[in-house]
Amino acid sequence: MEWFLQYHYNYLIYVVLMMIGLYGATAKPNLVKKVIALGMFQTAVFLFYISMAVKKGGTAPIYWEALREGQPYTNPLPHVLILTAIVVSVSTTAVALALVIAIKKEFGTVEADELGEFEEL
Amino acid sequence: MIAPHLPALIVVVPLVAGLVALFLGRGHLPWLLTLLVTWAVFALSATLLGRVLVAGAPPVEYAMGSWPAPWGIVYRVDAVNAFVLTIVSGIAAVCAVFARLSVAAEIPAERWRFFYSAWLLCLTGLLGITITGDAFNLYVLLEIASLSTYTLVALGVQKDRRALTAAFRYLILGTVGATFLLLGIGHLYMKTGTLNMVDLADRLAGLQSDRVVLTAFALIVTGLGLKVALFPLHMWLPNAYTYAPSVVTAFLAATATKVGAYMTFRFLFTVFGLRVTFDFLSADVFLIGFSCLAILVASVLAIRQNNIKRLLAYSSVAQIGYIMLGLGLHNHASVTGAVVHVFNHAVMKGGLFLALGAVVYRLGGATIGELRGLGRRMPLTAAAIVVGGMGLVGVPATAGFISKWYLVAGCLHGDAWPLAVVILVGSILALLYVWRVVEALYFAVPENPSLPVREAPLALLVPTWVLIGASLYFGLHATFTVATAKAAAVALGVGE
Amino acid sequence: MDDNVVIRTTARVLMPFMMVFGLYVIFHGEGGPGGGFQGGVILASAFVLYTLVHGIQASTAIVPKRTTDVLAAAGVLLYAGVGVWCLVRGGNFLDYYALMHAPHDPGAAQALGMTLVELGVGMTVAAVMITLFREFAES
Repeated sequence: MEWFLQYHYNYLIYVVLMMIGLYGATAKPNLVKKVIALGMFQTAVFLFYISMAVKKGGTAPIYWEALREGQPYTNPLPHVLILTAIVVSVSTTAVALALVIAIKKEFGTVEADELGEFEEL
Repeated sequence: MIAPHLPALIVVVPLVAGLVALFLGRGHLPWLLTLLVTWAVFALSATLLGRVLVAGAPPVEYAMGSWPAPWGIVYRVDAVNAFVLTIVSGIAAVCAVFARLSVAAEIPAERWRFFYSAWLLCLTGLLGITITGDAFNLYVLLEIASLSTYTLVALGVQKDRRALTAAFRYLILGTVGATFLLLGIGHLYMKTGTLNMVDLADRLAGLQSDRVVLTAFALIVTGLGLKVALFPLHMWLPNAYTYAPSVVTAFLAATATKVGAYMTFRFLFTVFGLRVTFDFLSADVFLIGFSCLAILVASVLAIRQNNIKRLLAYSSVAQIGYIMLGLGLHNHASVTGAVVHVFNHAVMKGGLFLALGAVVYRLGGATIGELRGLGRRMPLTAAAIVVGGMGLVGVPATAGFISKWYLVAGCLHGDAWPLAVVILVGSILALLYVWRVVEALYFAVPENPSLPVREAPLALLVPTWVLIGASLYFGLHATFTVATAKAAAVALGVGE
Repeated sequence: MDDNVVIRTTARVLMPFMMVFGLYVIFHGEGGPGGGFQGGVILASAFVLYTLVHGIQASTAIVPKRTTDVLAAAGVLLYAGVGVWCLVRGGNFLDYYALMHAPHDPGAAQALGMTLVELGVGMTVAAVMITLFREFAES
């Protein structure tokens, strides 16, 4: 356990962040808070991807001199992947906020419980 | 030049067209481009399907940027995805014909180009998900499809402002689902160091008891469940389908959840493999359990709906239950039934929602009240609804019967006769909700008899009847669909 | 904030550097840390700074909405266009080696392809970022 906390605390943080985000995205009644929580939820995943690739003392794989000397390097692929996911997350947030603005204009509120009166289930 | 690049063109052509559509001004030009592109893509997909179905032909592979597998992104087409590709592009092509009048009636003219742009990007995403052989690429294309879907649903705001809240709810749940999928793929990469699906399957072969792999499995199945709208993760679906523009509802109901079902097949059967998924993890237990709940509960919920769009949306949740049931049983007959139901349900539900779109075009809405007495006033549209509804029930000589036949055969083959009973009860419940519609159409007096209502224009009737007619044709001559579904089942590793 | 001389001058001094740095990051992407995403955002942030100081109307006068819309779509089209051009030249989609016949330096074709693609990405990201900022600032 101690070993886990010392070397893998980043995974712990990612799970905690993710759960906070998931809770907020589903349980918070305010739509803007939902969007913020969704952002947190996705950021937790970025943290997971980034920390999975990191190597202690690793360098970027474009420093040829260091690599020739046998220094270990960090796997760049997860970082590239997560760059794409970050862009996706930005787009999602943008679409979500645009929807919130449109909802505010149409209904005059961004509280889910007040909006609920308009919905049928 | 075209032949070797078919897999790439299927995705690239709608992508480029989706962007070009933005520049085509405010008239009908964006629609014309959409029409041409969707039919071209349909032709490409059908060609590809023909090439894959040749007996003994290996899967068609295409290396993006000539980077070979497993390093680069590879598009890999076997009988399963070629079939789904053809379904998706075919439905898109038929819906594109329908779109001009329907969109003109439901969306303001200055937004048409955005609508068609989003439509083409959504098609790009759906086709891309289906064709790609790379797990991360699948996630990215899934988000392209999802983001454009949220936009398409929200464009229904002109007709009903609740489209916005429906789109928002879909966005939250859809993003949570996709992010779970992303996390699961990340865990798989962490363990195996590869993202190529075939390579993943090889490397996962001996790792079934690894905790990282188990976590990945749980995350991926949850994410996919949200995307396919497997009961009880279907909460986003009814509102999104009800308030989206009519033609979008038809397109989404026929394709989006089908692509989700394809993803589930791909991950559970190809990537994790039958042995891990079913023998080691016994995923069939909860898949079958939730499918039965979906069939029964969603059908009951459908019975008490007054808005026919919502009624059919709940029916979609139930039909997804049938597909997942076939998947969960994982024998040759049941998987054949599930794959053939992907096709049959796409055709039937697409046709039904198009018919409703025609009703909305004439009457402005599609509630039970508005459907009253429509059998005499819009005879062809009403007949389309009845034939499509019969397909949902599974009456012999309709496509729905074929899929249910194979699903029941799968149940009996797996010594699970109680599941056959569930399918039967589901069909009876379907009869109840379809009957409510038929009763309103033919046995009720119109609410407002003096209101002049004419039959829908040909531009709406023809696409509707193409799909409804296809559901009849493939109910009587099921050789092609069943043979393809059988080839797909074999490609998924479930031989006879 | 139009009347504050310190802010106005600082913004004026900073803007060209931000833009050049943004372009540097975009075009440096094929051989080092950087690329279209990062560079595009830096480029857009220069306009965001301008908008913050001079207001939305002044900003739309310089870069009209039509321009950002066209740039956003044109960037992706450039990306896809490079891919299709590779097809036309006989390679696979996005196979940069097909772009240029350079047997003595095969890396050159890769560099050309990547630079064009990064430029496309940069254009789109910058344009979309500007659009987003304005849309939300207006409402």
